[in-house]
Amino acid sequence: MLRRDLLLALRRRSDVATTLFFFLIVSSLFPLGIGPEAAVLSSIAPGVLWVAALLAGMISLSRLFAADFADGSLEQMLLAPQPLALLVLAKILAHWIVCGLPVVLLAPLIGLQYALPNDALLVLVLSLLLGTPALSLIGAIGAALTLGVRGSGLLVALLVLPLYIPVLIFGAGAVAASQHGMSAQAHLSLLAACSLLSLVLAPLATAAALRISVE
Amino acid sequence: MKINWFKYSSPQTFYPLAGKMIPWFALLAAGFMVAGLYISFAIAPTDFQQGEAYRIIFVHVPAAWMSMVIYVVMAAWAGLGLALNARLSAMMAQALAPTGAIFTLLALVTGSLWGKPMWGAWWVWDARLTSELILLFLYLGFMALQSSIDDPRRADRAGALLALVGVVNVPIIYFSVKWWNTLHQGSSINMGAAPKMAATMLLGMLLMALAFWMYTIAVALMRVRCIMLERERTADWVKELSVKEPSGVR
Repeated sequence: MLRRDLLLALRRRSDVATTLFFFLIVSSLFPLGIGPEAAVLSSIAPGVLWVAALLAGMISLSRLFAADFADGSLEQMLLAPQPLALLVLAKILAHWIVCGLPVVLLAPLIGLQYALPNDALLVLVLSLLLGTPALSLIGAIGAALTLGVRGSGLLVALLVLPLYIPVLIFGAGAVAASQHGMSAQAHLSLLAACSLLSLVLAPLATAAALRISVE
Repeated sequence: MKINWFKYSSPQTFYPLAGKMIPWFALLAAGFMVAGLYISFAIAPTDFQQGEAYRIIFVHVPAAWMSMVIYVVMAAWAGLGLALNARLSAMMAQALAPTGAIFTLLALVTGSLWGKPMWGAWWVWDARLTSELILLFLYLGFMALQSSIDDPRRADRAGALLALVGVVNVPIIYFSVKWWNTLHQGSSINMGAAPKMAATMLLGMLLMALAFWMYTIAVALMRVRCIMLERERTADWVKELSVKEPSGVR
């Protein structure tokens, strides 16, 4: 399942690139709007980069189930003998590898543009690495709920963004803490807790949502 | 005496019952409201630190309580509807959502009106304010999801799932005071500890909270009656009703 989704993503490379470019463009817009002073930029960097990562992850959510829903393979998954939550988890993991991981890898580069010091960069990558899986997991619930609904793109934003807020707070908080010379460990632990909690609950909720949406 | 609770779980039997209950709850709401407002504005002493401005607490705190309680109740109805596949539960959840959103908005607005003279700012990015705002977003998301799905059965179940997911947020609101304690004062009423305010103030606040409860029940029942008629418009009992009382809902 994981291999299939990854292969599909590889065949349509432009999809991956769009997410990445979106992240790049959004985070490059802020310096243009605010001005190039390094001090200002580095103080807003944690929040801006996290929000950009949030939006990039959200934009790609609609693709998570839509294609499978359109060609009917989603119904096959619902009927498959394997537990649906497990299949969903594989799909979410594939989504994270395709959309989340590139953002994590690209983030330090943009962090440099924002004049972040080295240890803050490290914390940024670490926090994104811990936090973005939660984004994919929580987002999957929203994507499954809005499957085949009119205006689903906007609706998904309305449903999912409020649920993203704790992840944003802890993620950006971790980077800000390390910028101010404090330990980021508390934030990172809470972030990991968010991810683990959503790892347990989100696949089940997503599976239930899929059953509701496809009946 | 044994009461058959399931008797009223069908819209047909619940509709007249709700119609009978509405005036009572509305009356109670009005009564508690008058008493609560009288106590809070005429009897309760002036706060020695905050002066008269603190009196907004009598609307602000009960509204904030209601906003959270309604969300939990709504999620409970939604969960019940999802588990037992009961139509009426889902309708109740749908009927509660707008009232909850209004109370959330009321809590935010009164909070900012109170914050201006006390903290010198309309809005502060404090954890409790922020989570109340998130709660408003959750209500709006619930309503938006329900209204954008055409099939009511699917809308009910999708909304129920969303409400259950969102209910995780309500304890975060409640404990956020302890987690990120910043500018917002800690809650004034603690279970176990003696309240840190004058008894009349507490009484006024509790009366207002009761008034809000009654108001919520009355309004939710009214709304659920409309939803019932709309959803079951093809059912026999609705047709009979419209023949019997063509003048409309009563």
